[in-house]
Amino acid sequence: MAVCVAVIAKENYPLYIRSVPTENELKFHYMVHTSLDVVDEKISAMGKALVDQRELYLGLLYPTEDYKVYGYVTNSKVKFVMVVDSSNTALRDNEIRSMFRKLHNSYTDVMCNPFYTPGDRIQSRAFDGMVTSMMIQVC
Amino acid sequence: MEAAASGGCGSGPPLLLSEGEQQCYSELFARCAGAAGGGPGSGPPEAARAAPGASTAASGPVADLFRASQLPAETLHQITELCGAKRVGYFGPTQFYVALKLIAAAQSGLPVRIESIKCELPLPRFMMSKTDAEIRFGNMAELHGTKVQIPYLITEKNTFKRMDDEDKQQETQSPTMSPLASPPSSPPHYQRVPLSHGYSKLRKSTEQMHPAPYEARQPLVQPEGPSLGGPGAKPLRHQASLIRSFSVERELQDNNSSYPDEPWRITEEQREYYVNQFRSLQPDPSSFISGSVAKNFFTKSKLSIPELSYIWELSDADCDGALSLPEFCAAFHLIVARKNGYPLPESLPPTLQPEYLQAAFPKPKWECALFDSYSESVPANQQPRDLNRMEKLSIKDMADFPVPTQDVTGDDKQALKSATDEALPKDMEDSATPKDSNSLKARPRSRSYSSTSIEEAMKRGEDPPTPPPRPQKTHSRASSLDLNKVFQPSVPASKSGLLPPPPALPPRPCPSQSEQASEAELHPQLNRAPSQAAESSPAKKDIPYSQPPSKPIRRKFRPENQATESQEPTTAVGGPASVATVKPHPTVQKQSSKQKKAIQTAIRKNKEANAVLARLNSELQQQLKEVHQERIALENQLEQLRPVTVL
Repeated sequence: MAVCVAVIAKENYPLYIRSVPTENELKFHYMVHTSLDVVDEKISAMGKALVDQRELYLGLLYPTEDYKVYGYVTNSKVKFVMVVDSSNTALRDNEIRSMFRKLHNSYTDVMCNPFYTPGDRIQSRAFDGMVTSMMIQVC
Repeated sequence: MEAAASGGCGSGPPLLLSEGEQQCYSELFARCAGAAGGGPGSGPPEAARAAPGASTAASGPVADLFRASQLPAETLHQITELCGAKRVGYFGPTQFYVALKLIAAAQSGLPVRIESIKCELPLPRFMMSKTDAEIRFGNMAELHGTKVQIPYLITEKNTFKRMDDEDKQQETQSPTMSPLASPPSSPPHYQRVPLSHGYSKLRKSTEQMHPAPYEARQPLVQPEGPSLGGPGAKPLRHQASLIRSFSVERELQDNNSSYPDEPWRITEEQREYYVNQFRSLQPDPSSFISGSVAKNFFTKSKLSIPELSYIWELSDADCDGALSLPEFCAAFHLIVARKNGYPLPESLPPTLQPEYLQAAFPKPKWECALFDSYSESVPANQQPRDLNRMEKLSIKDMADFPVPTQDVTGDDKQALKSATDEALPKDMEDSATPKDSNSLKARPRSRSYSSTSIEEAMKRGEDPPTPPPRPQKTHSRASSLDLNKVFQPSVPASKSGLLPPPPALPPRPCPSQSEQASEAELHPQLNRAPSQAAESSPAKKDIPYSQPPSKPIRRKFRPENQATESQEPTTAVGGPASVATVKPHPTVQKQSSKQKKAIQTAIRKNKEANAVLARLNSELQQQLKEVHQERIALENQLEQLRPVTVL
C-alpha cells in the first residue's frame, strides 16, 4: 500500500529509503525531504509530551494531489515517513498505525544486531523483506 | 546422434540408446567435458591431452562420476576397459556412453559385459559421495546440500518451469539421481551455472530427477521468457527448490528426505567445538552471550561486517540482541560455512534453527550437572559445593579451550591451592568479563570471587555473616582483657590460632594444668577469693590486670610472697603458664600473614574453645572454692595454734 518508505535519522539524513515505482524515485525522495519540515514542526509542537504510541504517530503530514504522506517518530527522534497513493481507497488510520508499528519493530530488530552501528544505512535483509511486504501490496 | 556415434566404438556393437538415455548421457558427457572448463564441442583444454579433434570428457570428472555410481573399483575398471577408453586413451562420446550404459547394467545387477548393454537398461544412478567432493574442492564435511547453492544461484525461475514440464512428461521414467559432475560446495566463482543447475537437482531420493532438463541447461544460461506463473508446488517439491522465493519448499523436501546431509548440518565434533567456544565466552551454557561480546568474537573471523550482520540476523532468531547456545552454534556454523566458501542462505536452514539444534543435540549429561549447579535457585550454601563439582568437571573440558582461557588461567594464580582452585579463578575471570556485559541477560552468578580454597569457600558459604563483626564479638565476649590478649595473637594465624586454645584443652584432666588454661577466668574469681585471704589479695589483685606473659612471672613471685598454701596451685599454674606464654610469642610473628582467613578459622575455633572453657570455668570455680575453704581452715588452725605458741 505504501508507495515509498523512508527511515530518517535524528540528524535528518536518510537511513533507509525505498520506493516501489522505481522510476519516480527522485520525486519521492524530494517529498520525503520536504515532509521532514512538517515532522519537525509537529515534534516541537508536542513539547514535553508523554511518550506513548499516539504521540509517536504523527498522522497525515501533508497531502498532495496524488499522494499522502504520513509520519511517525520514535523516542530517539528517528523518523519514519511513508508515502501512500491517494488513489488507494482511503486507508484507515489504524492501518497506517499498524504499518508504522511493524516498521518500528523491524527497526528495533535491526538495532539489536551488534554489527549494526546506529547511523549506518540499514542493510538488513529482514528489514527489506518487511518493507517489501508492506509495499508490494500495492501491486 | 549417440546411436550413430556408437559406430566409433570399434569393438562394441552398435549402441542403442533410448531417447531418455540419449539426453541423460549427453548431459553427463557435456558436464564431464564442461567441468574441465570448456564446453562440449568447443574443444576443451583436456582435449589437447587426448586425441585432437574429438570432444572428450576429461578424465577427472569422469572418474568422479564413475565413483559416484558407487560401484566397486574393480567394476569400474572393467567398465573403462570395456568401453574402450583405455584402449583409445580418452573418453570420447562413444566410450563415455558405453561406460554409462555399463554402469547402468552393473547397477542393475547385470554382469559387466558388452552384451549387457544391448538390452534396455534404466539410467545409471550416480551418488555423489563426500570424499569425491572433498577431493574436488576440499570443503566442509557435509557437502550434499543442494540448498547451499540455491541462494546464490540466481537461477531463473523459468528453468524450473521447464523442468516441471519435463518432469511431468516423463514421470514414468525410473527414478534416477542426477549425475554429478561437481560437488555443490564450490563458491560462486567456481561454478558455471550449468553445473550448479545439474547438481542442484540431486539428492532427493524420492524425487524423479529427470535428465531432460540438462539438455536445456546450456541455453538456460540466458534468462528466458516463460512467465513466472508459479509452477506448482508439488513438482518443485520433487526438485530442489532453488529459487529464493521457493525457499519455503525446502522444509517440505526435508520432510521427504528426512534432512539429508548438507552443509548446514552440524556434526557432533563441530557442535562440541562450538559449545566449547561458547563456554569460553560465557561459562553458563544456559545463559546468553551479549551482542558486544559476540561481535568481538565473530569479528575475529575476518568476515566483512555486512556479512556478519547478516549472519547475526539469521541466527538471532528471537532478535533479543543476545545469543543463546543454539543460536550461537548456528551463527558459528554459518560463519564457518561462509569462510569455506558457502554462500549464506536466505533464511536460517531448518537444521540450524534453535529448536532443531536443541532437539538434535541434547546437552550431554555432564552439562546437565552443570546446569543443575548453575541454576539460579541454588542457595548460597549449596553453591560452593556445587562449584566444586562444576570446577572438577569443567577442568576436564576446559583442557581443550583455546588460548584466551588458558591465558586467563595463567593470570589468576593468586593463592591457589589445588586444581579445583585454579578452575575457580579461571572461571571467575571468564565469568567476570562477560558478566559485566551480561548484566541484563546473564543470570547472576553469586559465586564468591575472592575464595582461595574450597574449604574457605565452603565455610564462607556456611557462615554468611561478614567477618568484621566477629572480631568485635570476640572482643566483646572477652570477659577480661586477658582473654583478648590470649587469643588475639592467634586470631590472624590460621593454624597457629588453634594452638593456644588446644594447649588449654589437654591439660584439662589435670586440675593444676586446667587452672592455667582458665587463668583468665580465675582472675575474677581470684579477685573475689582474696576477700577471704587478705595477704594474697593485694598480689592477686595486681595479677588480673597484668598481661598473661607477665602473669606467670607474678605467679612465680607469688610463692615468695605468699604462704605455702597457695604455692602448690601457683607453682603448678606458673609452670604450665610459662609454657603458654612461650606459645603466644611465635603466634605474634605469624599475625601479619593470612589475617582474614586465619581470623575466621580462629573465630570458630575460639567459639568452640569458649564453650569448652566455660565448662572448665565452672569446674575450676568449684575447685577453687574448695581450695580456699581448705586454706581458710588451715589458717584458722594456724591462728589457733599460734597464740598457743606465742603464749
